[in-house]
This record gives sequence, C-alpha cells and structure tokens, in this order.
Amino acid sequence: MYDVTVIGAGVVGALIARRLAAYDLRICIVDKENDVARGATAANSAIVHAGFDAKEGSMKARMNVRGSRMMEQVCAELGVSYKRNGSLVVAFEHERAEVEAIYRRGVQNGVEGLRIVEKEELFEMEPNLNPELSCALYAPTGAIVCPYGLTIAAVGNAMDNGAELVLNFEVVSIEKTAEGYTLTAADGRAVETRYLINSAGVYSDEIAKMLGDESFSVHPRRGEYMLLDKECGQTTTCTIFHTPTKMGKGVLVSPTVHGNLIVGPTATDMEDKTDTATTTEGFADIRAKAGDNVAGIPYGKVITSFCGLRSVGSTGDFIIKAENNAVLLGGIESPGLSSSPAIAEYVEELLRGMGLVLTPKADYNPNRAPMDAFRHMSVAEKNEMIQKDSRYGRIICRCEEVTEGEMVAAIHANPPAYDVDAVKRRTRGGMGRCQGGFCSPEVIRILAREWGVSYDAITKNGGGSYINKGRTKVAGGNKEGN
Amino acid sequence: MQNYVDKTAPYTALVVIGGGPAGMAAAVAAYDNGVRDMVILERDLNAGGILRQCIHNGFGLHRFGEELTGPEYADRYHKMVVERGIAVKTGATVLDVTPSEEEGVAAYVTAISEAEGMFTLRAGAVVLAMGCRERSKGALNIAGTRPAGIYSAGTAQRFVNMEGYMPGRKVVILGSGDIGLIMARRMTLEGAEVKAVCELMPYSGGLARNITQCLDDFGIPLMLSHTVTQIHGKERLTGVTVSKVDERRRPIPGSEIYFECDTLLLSVGLIPENELTRGAHIGMDGITGGATVDQYRQTSLKGVFACGNVLHVHDLVDYVSEEAALAGSSAAAHLRGELTEGRAITLKTDGKVRYTVPQAVTVTGNTADVTVYFRPSDIYRDVTVTVREGGADGAILSKKKRIKVAPGEMETITIKAADLTATTADTLLVSIEESAKKGGNA
Ligand SMILES: Cc1cc2nc3c(=O)[nH]c(=O)nc-3n(C[C@H](O)[C@H](O)[C@H](O)COP(=O)(O)OP(=O)(O)OC[C@H]3O[C@@H](n4cnc5c(N)ncnc54)[C@H](O)[C@@H]3O)c2cc1C
Ligand SMILES: Cc1cc2nc3c(=O)[nH]c(=O)nc-3n(C[C@H](O)[C@H](O)[C@H](O)COP(=O)(O)OP(=O)(O)OC[C@H]3O[C@@H](n4cnc5c(N)ncnc54)[C@H](O)[C@@H]3O)c2cc1C
Repeated sequence: MYDVTVIGAGVVGALIARRLAAYDLRICIVDKENDVARGATAANSAIVHAGFDAKEGSMKARMNVRGSRMMEQVCAELGVSYKRNGSLVVAFEHERAEVEAIYRRGVQNGVEGLRIVEKEELFEMEPNLNPELSCALYAPTGAIVCPYGLTIAAVGNAMDNGAELVLNFEVVSIEKTAEGYTLTAADGRAVETRYLINSAGVYSDEIAKMLGDESFSVHPRRGEYMLLDKECGQTTTCTIFHTPTKMGKGVLVSPTVHGNLIVGPTATDMEDKTDTATTTEGFADIRAKAGDNVAGIPYGKVITSFCGLRSVGSTGDFIIKAENNAVLLGGIESPGLSSSPAIAEYVEELLRGMGLVLTPKADYNPNRAPMDAFRHMSVAEKNEMIQKDSRYGRIICRCEEVTEGEMVAAIHANPPAYDVDAVKRRTRGGMGRCQGGFCSPEVIRILAREWGVSYDAITKNGGGSYINKGRTKVAGGNKEGN
Repeated sequence: MQNYVDKTAPYTALVVIGGGPAGMAAAVAAYDNGVRDMVILERDLNAGGILRQCIHNGFGLHRFGEELTGPEYADRYHKMVVERGIAVKTGATVLDVTPSEEEGVAAYVTAISEAEGMFTLRAGAVVLAMGCRERSKGALNIAGTRPAGIYSAGTAQRFVNMEGYMPGRKVVILGSGDIGLIMARRMTLEGAEVKAVCELMPYSGGLARNITQCLDDFGIPLMLSHTVTQIHGKERLTGVTVSKVDERRRPIPGSEIYFECDTLLLSVGLIPENELTRGAHIGMDGITGGATVDQYRQTSLKGVFACGNVLHVHDLVDYVSEEAALAGSSAAAHLRGELTEGRAITLKTDGKVRYTVPQAVTVTGNTADVTVYFRPSDIYRDVTVTVREGGADGAILSKKKRIKVAPGEMETITIKAADLTATTADTLLVSIEESAKKGGNA
C-alpha cells in the first residue's frame, strides 16, 4: 500500500512526486510508457513563460507567475539546464495596441521587469528580426529549460529519496477501496494506494471518469516543430513570439538550452489522442508564420521535426480539483511546464487539506548531480575520471561527444534507461547532426550488455518499436525475432 | 574549445586524423617520403574506416588490378602501415584542431582515448582524413510519424554486416546512392523483400555498374523522380507514401502510392565530416562540404592537408588512396620545407561543372602537371571538357571529349605544368561545353 500514487510521469507528475518525496511517504509513480517524459512534456516549446499571456486572475496566470519564479531554483537543485534568455513579443506598427494590452495584463499578473522596446533598441537586441517589425514587449524573466531533462531529473531525485517508478503500467481501471484506491494496469498488475494524483495529461479526463468524475473533458491540439542544427542556435538570443491573434500565440523562434534553434508550433485541433504525426501543411505554416518574426531562417539546417499534443481542457483554464483523497489535474496545456513547480506546491497543500500527514524526511536530499557533469569538467578532472573508469575515454556519439562512461552511468541512474531514446534524452547521444547514424548500433550494444538481453530486444522507445528483427542468415538462421 | 589545448604538449611531426583508407594511404606515403615521427589517430577500435562494413566486391580494380572486398582492401593498407611500423592509436577520437602560431608547428591536435585520457599533440603537419557521414532523415523533413524502422543505409549495413541482425523484412529505399543500391542487394540476399528504390532526381546518383548488379539483377524497381512524402506507423514503421515529383522536385498531388513496409533505408547523400576543420577556421568549399585545397591538398592553414571523403565524396576507394598518397607526400614535403609559397591560380567552374578539387593551383618553380577532379551537375552527352584562361572566351589550356558525363561518376582533366608556368591568368575556368551539332559544317 502506497501513501500516494501519481499517474503520469510528465513534468507535472514528476514535480509533484519530487515535492512529496521530501516527506515520510511511500510514493509510487506509474506511467504507461517505457520511460518518463513521453507525453506533452517530450514535445513542446520549452519556454518558461514570464506570465503575461494568461487572463488576469486565472489559475493559469497564478500558477505561471509563481512557477516561473520557482523554476530557476528547482533547476539548480536538479542540475537541469535553465537559461533566462528573456522573451520578446514582437509587433508590426498596426499591432502596437495589442502589445500595450499584453503589457498591461502582464503588470496586472505581477510579472516583473516588463517594458516596451522600440525599433532601434529591438534591432540592437535582435539583429535578425524581420526588418518590418516596429516594437516589442520585452520580458526579461522569460527563460528556456529542458523539459524532459527536468522531468527525468525530478523523477530521479524522487527515486533517490525513496519513490518507486513503475513503467509500462497503463491504468485501465480504478477501484475505490476502504483505505483508498486500487489501480489496475492493462497487463493486470495492480497498485494500491491511499491517495491518488491524476496527472495523465491528455488522458486525465479518462482517468477522472474511472474515478467517477465526468465534469471535464480534454482534447488534443497538435503543435508541430522544426529543430535546427546548433550552427543556427545564435539566430536569436531571446525567445521571439508574435503578438497573439485570435488563432493563438502563433509561431515562436527560440534558441534551446542545448544551443539548437526551435521553430514552431502549429495549432490544429484533433480527436485522436495518439496522433503526433507531422504534416506537410504544418511545415509550410511554420515557415510562413516564423518569417513574420525572424528573417532568413535556414531551413536547410533542420535536423529533426516533431509534434506534441496540448491538453486543451473544457473550462479554458487549468483544472485542479481535490476530492475523495484524489487530486485531478486536467487541461494542463501551456503554460503547464512553466507552472509545474507551482502546481506541485499547490497539490501538496491540497493533499494536506485532505488529511495527508506530511512529516519531513530527515535524510531528504533535494539535489541531483547534473546529467552532463562530465562534459563540463576540466581536462584534469576528466582524466581522473578516465583513470578510474576508462569508458569515459571512449566517445560513442561523435556529434555530441558523449562517452561510453556517461551512457553507462545514465542507464543505471534513477530513473533507469531501457531504450535508445531514453539514453538519448539523458546523454544527448544520437541527438546531433547525424541523428544516431553512427552511434545507434553502439548504443544498442551497450544497452543489451548492461541489461543482459539480446541485441534485438532493445527498442527505440519501448512497446513494439523494435530496431532489429532477428538474425541475418550468416549470423544464425533466418528466424524472425521478436 | 581552445580551453583544453595544451600548448606545451609533445611534438609529433605528422598527425593523421582518421585511420580509414585515406588516413592509412597518407601515412604510408608520408613514410615513404621520409617521415618517421608520426601517428594515426582513429576513433574506432580498428583501423579501416567505412570499408570494414563494405563486405561486397568491387574495391581495388584501379589500385591493385583485382577485385577485393572492402575489408580486404583495408587490410592491404593496414599491412603497409604495420610493415613500416607506423604508430596507430585506435579508440582515440580527435576533439579539436587549433591553429598554431609557433614556428614549425601547424596545429595542436587534442584527442581522448581510454588508454591516455585527454591529450594534445603539437603537430608539425596534419592530414585530415575523417571521412564522411550520411545525411539523416531529419534533413529531409518527411511528414508523418517517427517510428522505429528508419535507418540510413550505412547504419543498416552496419547492423547486417557487423552485428549480424536484420533491421527489417520489407524494405523501401529512398535515394539511389551507391550505399542504397548495395544495401538493396544485401537485404535481398538476406531474404528481405526490397519493394522499390525511389530517387528524387530523374537519374541515379549511383554507379552504373551498381544499378545493374544490385537492382536489375534482382528485379528491384528503380523509381526515378519519386520521393517519400509520408511516414506511417506508431511504434514500428508500417508503410510509406511515395509521390512522383515534377521538374522542380515538388511532389505531384494525386500521384501517391502506398507501400506497406517495416523498414525505410535512406541513401540520400554523404556529408564530409568537417566539424574539426571548421573549428580550426580552415577555408571551406560550400559545394563539396570539404576544405578548399591546392594541388598538394594543402588547406588554407599551412601544414594542414586533407584527403579522402572528408575533402569531397568519392565513388571509388581507389581514388581515395590516390588522393591520400598525394596529401601524405605533400605533408612530407612541407616538413622538409619544400612546399614553398607560389603564385595562386583559382579554378572556377561554369555551373555545368559542379565543383573541382583542387579549387586552386599554387605555381612555383617546380610545378608538375595537375590533375583536376570534378563532378558534372547533370547528365551531359557529347561534350568537350575544357580548361580556359580567365573566362569563357579565354585560351584553352586543356580539353577532353566525353560521350557522356554524369553526377554519379567523378571525372578528371589534366593541366600541363608548362601551361601552368606559362600562363599569367589568375583564374582558370573549367567547363563542360556542348559540342557543335552533328552534321553541322564546323
Ligand atoms: C505544442 C506544445 C507547446 C507547449 N509549449 C509550452 C511552453 O513553451 N511552456 C510551457 O510552460 N508549457 C508549454 N506546453 C505545455 C506543457 O508541455 C504541458 O503543460 C506539460 O508538459 C504537461 O505535463 P503533464 O505532466 O501534465 O502531461 P504529459 O507530459 O502529457 O504527461 C502525462 C503522462 O501521463 C501518462 N499517462 C497517460 N495516461 C496514462 C494511463 N492511463 N496510465 C498511465 N500513465 C498514463 C503519459 O504516458 C504521460 O507520460 C506546451 C505544450 C504543447 C503540446
Ligand atoms: C556503403 C559504402 C559502399 C561503398 N562501395 C564502394 C565500392 O564498391 N567500391 C569502392 O571503390 N568504393 C566504395 N565505397 C567508397 C569507399 O569506401 C570510401 O570512399 C572510402 O572508405 C573513404 O575513405 P576515407 O578514409 O576518406 O573515409 P572513411 O573510410 O570514412 O574513414 C574515416 C576514418 O576516420 C575516422 N575518424 C573520423 N573522425 C575522427 C576523429 N574526430 N578522430 C579520430 N578518427 C576519426 C573514422 O572513424 C574512420 O575510420 C563505398 C562506401 C560506402 C560507405
């Protein structure tokens, strides 16, 4: 019997679990995937919004402004890349009134340091903008973060402090018991818990239904992106938004914490909660809209494209409800990432309100070593590591210069990595310009060795995403694997 | 990355980066021209480069007059390296090349290995021989899902030939580069079904002999002017949509064909691996993706030479060896102080000639004949390849008739030493000129 079980290891569930791990509780995190951070958290703009977007007085506004203030500290403790690069909402002359309105809303929401910058200063800050632009709202507190890095680190830190992670556990039914709840997974496994957190993202309405709450629904809204080579990472310094229209926040152009350039997202309402395909129309749309903000983006340098699904809730605001020893989180669309530390803090209060006793753990450690520690060491420190473990001297991913030592450490650290994408997200191995062309055969070999399984048992990202299918004739017959 | 460069590091006369066919041939030539203090740094655990996974025949016809497999060809060079006692450090990845201002030192080369950790060498001369990588799916930006089952052809080759595993059973190949063609045959021989090879261009970029031996002989269709426009499948690939493209290479709506498959192999181009070269601020050629060099294969950084696929993508390893021997002996000449400054002549192209290597010629008192390697931009028939002084109406220094030239096959033209020393032009134009109409009275 767990004290608290969190359904969904996205950034929201991860930060809740990590916050609760500071207390004397038995905590379980379940997720239907083979790794954490596979939902919306894996594919979004990665911006810590300053907090000027959301309507005054809304949950979104409250959580965003608070979350944005907490984020830097959370990232520092968890060793996660975070950079306060500032945000600019750029406008053409005819959109000036809009920019002024956002400025006023931001001030109302309590966002610090906002000001309007005029053309000359704007182009001094960002020389690559579309020359037709005339002014912008500047938000110095806007920041960028690595969303899946944050989630992996938060789950890892929760686990280091005793929480348990159960993967490939797709909750299909929930039964109310005398002491709490029994969750049953698609494969029949069960987890018993006193308190329950529903942070299942775009599926949170379905989990709510299992709990008998049909008061809200969530539908997916697709957002497609293109990611460009690090060569282009200096195109802009700030995150560049365009003045929002009725169609939404529009397409942004931003550096990422890893030094790439991200351009997107589109916004298309969907029905299928699993459809994260990119589209030709989407790519065209991104190019057309990004051109309003930034001139001459070199699309020839795209290294990958991807797509995430926003959880659009039926109320238009974040839905955070506490009932029957369960906390339900629905409609956590943007600025959900920015808000996540504040949501975790709020959920803690809600649990306390429902009678959960929170006794601080004596040996709680809020810190986690950065996943890229080796990369930032001095030559002497690196050589000391290589002396101790020579695998730190063997480069596996040549584009991102990731060593075997770093990969093995990432595979076994909390939360463990079982597939190729999991190693990639933790170490950046395979994320560079060749996109794993050279190193994936090596990474598979390392994973197979570390987990003691066959080469073709290793998947791209769990489930049926196998990479190889049986042996070649020469190597041992023509039987199909898997 | 200058921060980790140790400028007090030990001196090595010649550092060869990359132990593929290019690096090995360069080292052998340098040795045969008197260099003894040298090392080859190779990131893999074995020397041999990409040849180690090319287990098919077809290597060495020019160089050795017999057909060898890739590993056999590599072994020949490896033997020559071993016989000469040339030091090879394997498992040693070079991380940085920093230009030096020190007299007699071309650059500081910093590497990392299990045995030695991070270390720097002060190199009197450097040969860049890092080879190339395959263009990845991301660069193509194909719409659809992102399932497992999409690999570059070289990665698949590695799975099959070195790991002994099958990346899939029903295969579509995008791109008709040589690796794609070779893998179409390989996968078929392993019992997989190769449904089609799609090529965006109206012609194949592969060698004619590979089209015959790898596709025609197995009845695999080559779909020219076609590309993959959609990826299907959530966890593992389940199919691809292929569309015909117009003259401007845009998909034609309504021409879509669906192929059920579990594997998509990409053979859509090779990109020279020049991160180290760029990091050293060496002058680059935007078209080859390699450094700009003169006939000695010397780059804009004196004492640093480049050869093999890192300089421009070759179809045949035999030419790689030839070019590498030139770079190696030039490095030896540089170390003896014999590569003197001279008059620089730039080689320009007319557009039909896509690029040339070298891109410039250095003329000194003892200039020899210069062979210029080039690729055409398209297929041209009945043409004369010319080298003219200055522009299109300049005097012809060299010419050569060709019945057909194609982007998939590298061409050469030689300029005589006497012409180079005699000319006062500072540019030469290399062009493909359409011959006068047949039956005309020219
Ligand atoms: C295109 C796009 C752009 C965005 N940009 C930003 C931005 O710039 N800044 C910002 O602050 N926010 C942004 N967001 C919002 C942000 O990404 C989300 O608010 C945040 O990631 C939500 O996290 P989550 O943990 O609630 O959901 P998710 O990350 O979706 O996690 C839900 C988890 O629940 C699991 N799960 C679902 N059902 C079950 C089940 N039955 N059993 C077990 N597990 C289950 C899933 O596998 C998943 O791991 C953006 C979102 C999108 C889509
Ligand atoms: C699939 C395939 C099929 C082919 N078929 C034929 C054929 O039938 N006939 C034919 O004649 N030719 C063929 N070729 C071409 C021929 O193999 C290549 O042209 C030749 O291997 C290129 O040699 P190279 O030394 O320039 O590059 P590579 O062989 O790629 O060697 C480069 C070496 O440098 C190393 N390296 C790179 N970066 C670093 C670093 N930073 N530090 C240390 N080491 C580094 C690499 O590990 C590698 O070993 C084929 C090529 C391929 C890929």
